[in-house]
Amino acid sequence: MNAALIAMLAIIRREMLRFVGQRSRFLAALVRPLVWLVVFAAGFRAALGLSIMPPYQTYITYEVYIIPGLCGMIQLFNGMQSSLSLVYDQEMGSMRLLLTSPLPRWWLLFSKLVAGVCVSLLQVYAFLIIAALFGITFPVFGYFLILPFLILSGLMLGALGMLLSSTIKQLENFAGVMNFVIFPMFFMSTALYPLWKMAESSQILSTICAWNPFSHAVELIRFALYGQVNMIALSVVVATFVVFMWASVIGYDPARGMMRKKAR
Amino acid sequence: MSAISVQNLNFAYGNKTALNDVSFDVGAGRFCALLGPNGAGKSTLFSVLTGLLSPPSGRVSLAGHDMGNHPRRALASMGVVFQQPSLDLDVSVSENMHYFAALQGLTKHTAAPRIQEALEKLSMYERRDEKVRQLNGGHRRRMEIARALIHQPQVLLLDEPTVGLDAATRHAITDHVHELAADGMAVLWATHLVDEINDDDKVVLLHQSKIIAEGTAQNLRKSQTLDEWFQQSTGAT
Repeated sequence: MNAALIAMLAIIRREMLRFVGQRSRFLAALVRPLVWLVVFAAGFRAALGLSIMPPYQTYITYEVYIIPGLCGMIQLFNGMQSSLSLVYDQEMGSMRLLLTSPLPRWWLLFSKLVAGVCVSLLQVYAFLIIAALFGITFPVFGYFLILPFLILSGLMLGALGMLLSSTIKQLENFAGVMNFVIFPMFFMSTALYPLWKMAESSQILSTICAWNPFSHAVELIRFALYGQVNMIALSVVVATFVVFMWASVIGYDPARGMMRKKAR
Repeated sequence: MSAISVQNLNFAYGNKTALNDVSFDVGAGRFCALLGPNGAGKSTLFSVLTGLLSPPSGRVSLAGHDMGNHPRRALASMGVVFQQPSLDLDVSVSENMHYFAALQGLTKHTAAPRIQEALEKLSMYERRDEKVRQLNGGHRRRMEIARALIHQPQVLLLDEPTVGLDAATRHAITDHVHELAADGMAVLWATHLVDEINDDDKVVLLHQSKIIAEGTAQNLRKSQTLDEWFQQSTGAT
């Protein structure tokens, strides 16, 4: 087997072993969207009327609407969790071990991302199964079709986490990421309410939502669940992933990156 | 040809100089102690030697491979033990070793006998199934040294590997690494503890970002003890 592939599989295996070992993380990853689905959606269903809009061909309940957003939320949190574990790895020294491997650095970082995506896929599918048990189901082919798009959105959000991890000096600074990245990204997106609904209250917020790459990740998942490909969302997610990945590789470059500043 | 060659290396964090025109060589089969008080620049030098930092000027070559032009070849020829432990505590010794072997691109088939050999060399083979968390500090360090040997490097770099260990364990680990040098490996051992250095070891004294002395321990210390010479050279007394 190719040396690069061997390394990638080992990195995925390590991430999986870590995840399986942290049962509370799995539980938290599932409970978080379930609380939104059961509690938040129940309250919002009455307050928020949804009109028919693509990809939906009929009226849908609010629970059905927010499922793609909650899938995105799982991946967003997982991306940040991976970022947190990267900062931890840097503090603990295992990042050094990874970066002194004789394989190309970009490949090692990409392998880290893929490992994080694998973990997020487990979480998303577990969540979709539980949602189905609550009676919120989608066309069967939708469950298969979202896979490649979940991989893409996972890569994009993971790359964002990786980029952040190359700039954060200590674990303690991570709380700031929660406040300034995760929450704005989630709330100013189409995860919880459609763009037109947002535009009714604020045009500026609606514009921000429309530009937010996380909105596009959510829409990509939403359309794929009904067997459709949202090309604009796909383009934005791929382009954003490329930019974040490129910036992360620079961030971890010993000559140019932030590692140099962090070494002080 | 030197196994480790450092030429005119400079490095600064902003305005603060960390390495000032650092040059030295270590031949194959030599144990070289990079001696220096805390803050002398040893860890920065290690970061440069391992490719984690890129110097603005100067050259590093490991086993004949230039770190600037052929970093991957240079890294493949090097085993490293960092000052900070870099082990997964909740998995077994063997699992940790296999993870590292895979990062070097080794298949399981190739890695298994090498892991056994490396663990046996450091008297750790019987602990291969234990979780790292159950090991004491000395065993963890031995395991990290064994791990650094899996890909059969020609150069071994150790950054203060005995920090926090008791005297007997420090002594045992130092002996192990001296044996590795005797077997033909070039070893660079950063330390501020003179009792880890034998009389015939090469010593490179780094102080305030500069190399201020270089030679065998015996030649440098002359009639003094190594500790006295070190204290005097670095103005600690």
